[in-house]
Amino acid sequence: MKDLLILGAGTAGTMMANHLISKLPKNEWQISIVDQYKTHYYQPGFLFLPFDTYTEDQVKKEGKKFIPKGVKYIQKKINKILAEDNKVELEDETLNYDILIIATGSKIAPDETEGLLGPLWKKDIFDFYTFEGALALRNKLREWEGGKLVIHLTEMPIKCPVAPLEFAFLADSYFRKKGMRDKVEITYVTPLSGAFTKPTSTKTLNYLLEDKEIKIETDFAIMQVNNDTKEIIDYAEKAIPFDLLVTVPTNMGDEVIERSGLGDDLNFVPTQKHTLQSKEHDNIFVIGDATDLPASKAGSVAHFQGETLTDNIVLYTKGNKLKEEFDGHANCFIETGNNKALLIDFNYDQEPVHGTFPFAKIGPLKLLKESIFNHWGKLAFRWIYWNMLLKGIAIPFISRNMSYKGKLIDVKNEK
Amino acid sequence: MDLNLAGIRLDVTEDGYLSDLSQWNKEIAIELAKKEGIELTDKHWEVIDYIQEKYKNDEALSIRGIKKSGVINIKEFYDLFPGGPLKISTLIAGIPKPKSCI
Repeated sequence: MKDLLILGAGTAGTMMANHLISKLPKNEWQISIVDQYKTHYYQPGFLFLPFDTYTEDQVKKEGKKFIPKGVKYIQKKINKILAEDNKVELEDETLNYDILIIATGSKIAPDETEGLLGPLWKKDIFDFYTFEGALALRNKLREWEGGKLVIHLTEMPIKCPVAPLEFAFLADSYFRKKGMRDKVEITYVTPLSGAFTKPTSTKTLNYLLEDKEIKIETDFAIMQVNNDTKEIIDYAEKAIPFDLLVTVPTNMGDEVIERSGLGDDLNFVPTQKHTLQSKEHDNIFVIGDATDLPASKAGSVAHFQGETLTDNIVLYTKGNKLKEEFDGHANCFIETGNNKALLIDFNYDQEPVHGTFPFAKIGPLKLLKESIFNHWGKLAFRWIYWNMLLKGIAIPFISRNMSYKGKLIDVKNEK
Repeated sequence: MDLNLAGIRLDVTEDGYLSDLSQWNKEIAIELAKKEGIELTDKHWEVIDYIQEKYKNDEALSIRGIKKSGVINIKEFYDLFPGGPLKISTLIAGIPKPKSCI
């Protein structure tokens, strides 16, 4: 028997277990998946928790339910990947592998910013990228009486790059509904050159910030949080005061990547951008947020990668050449508040454009345009996630590579 | 869009960034820098080399990366390219500015 080992039972790892169980001959391959945690979170739901749109139960389930029969589920901590020896050291045993899939994801690293974990952390400073953070923020928002709300992102890359902007839009709606929008000043702070950084998006979406009276601070590279004066300060010594800071801290790959010496300085694993094979080791493959690819860190990306990676693993087991197929495809709903949402579809080469999705001219979803239908799509997606995506069931009419049909391709990306 | 610089017609994005790094050369960098009010010194060139190398290797550019680059510290980086150092240095180096997905 040969061993295929998956590290991480999050979105990407769970999908791979479900894909591969039916693709690899059972009498030749034993598939195992390792993850120390029992709970599987629906991470896109963390955006809705703070605003009381979702309940705790809607965003978490027992991970075991999604691991298919025939796959060995090992709930242990991973100490180290010994890539030269084809072994993975767990807390109390060492596993051998013939093929390794790294799906250890990314997480926030608030300790990377001076002062962020100071006395105001979880009192007036919150994240919403963890279940605990989103929940603590919900409790804070329920009783908050207003003031300066600063929504901040530390540095790229982050998981779901549009989430902080969506948070700003939803916060505007939330405070309007509560009848206290006049008591809240919302400022969006980004290290990038704008809230929108691509030409078509900038042109078509800037009105959102104006309509929602969201102030914007750009090119802000945070140096520290001053807990005494309640300010964030950047390297150009610009200070932005806050009463409530909602921040997306630096995102990093798992510490196991660092311990194993397999990552870059953010613990992301150098990966071939079209095959998903590790750049260093032929029998290691990387998927989802754990890669260093210039694609978005998002569930839809992991889903599209999963289809290519499944084919490539099968090709690899037969000694065949891998497909250079993955194109960076991402497909994301963006909440804009007031029960509306946008939909974007893009890849490594093509920026989000206008058009219809998934059918040319028909839709029913519209790209890069606010609609109530798109918002329903985002809400329906939770069901799709639990019932189709994790189980590796293909979503009808949505292909792994980006389709150019039905899209108004007016501006080519720089690269 | 087109931009005429140092006697060459360049293909640029709407916000003035070169669409194709292969069109870039040192004369063009000097002209682009002038438009930003910057006169390029040896230190500027070192930074330009560094970020072009990162770009060619598909590595993300960030202030953190600059800090660890060994080429320059963050204060110097701000002094060399005042205002928005990443935004301005990438413009002069002929590569896309750091972006998000929209």
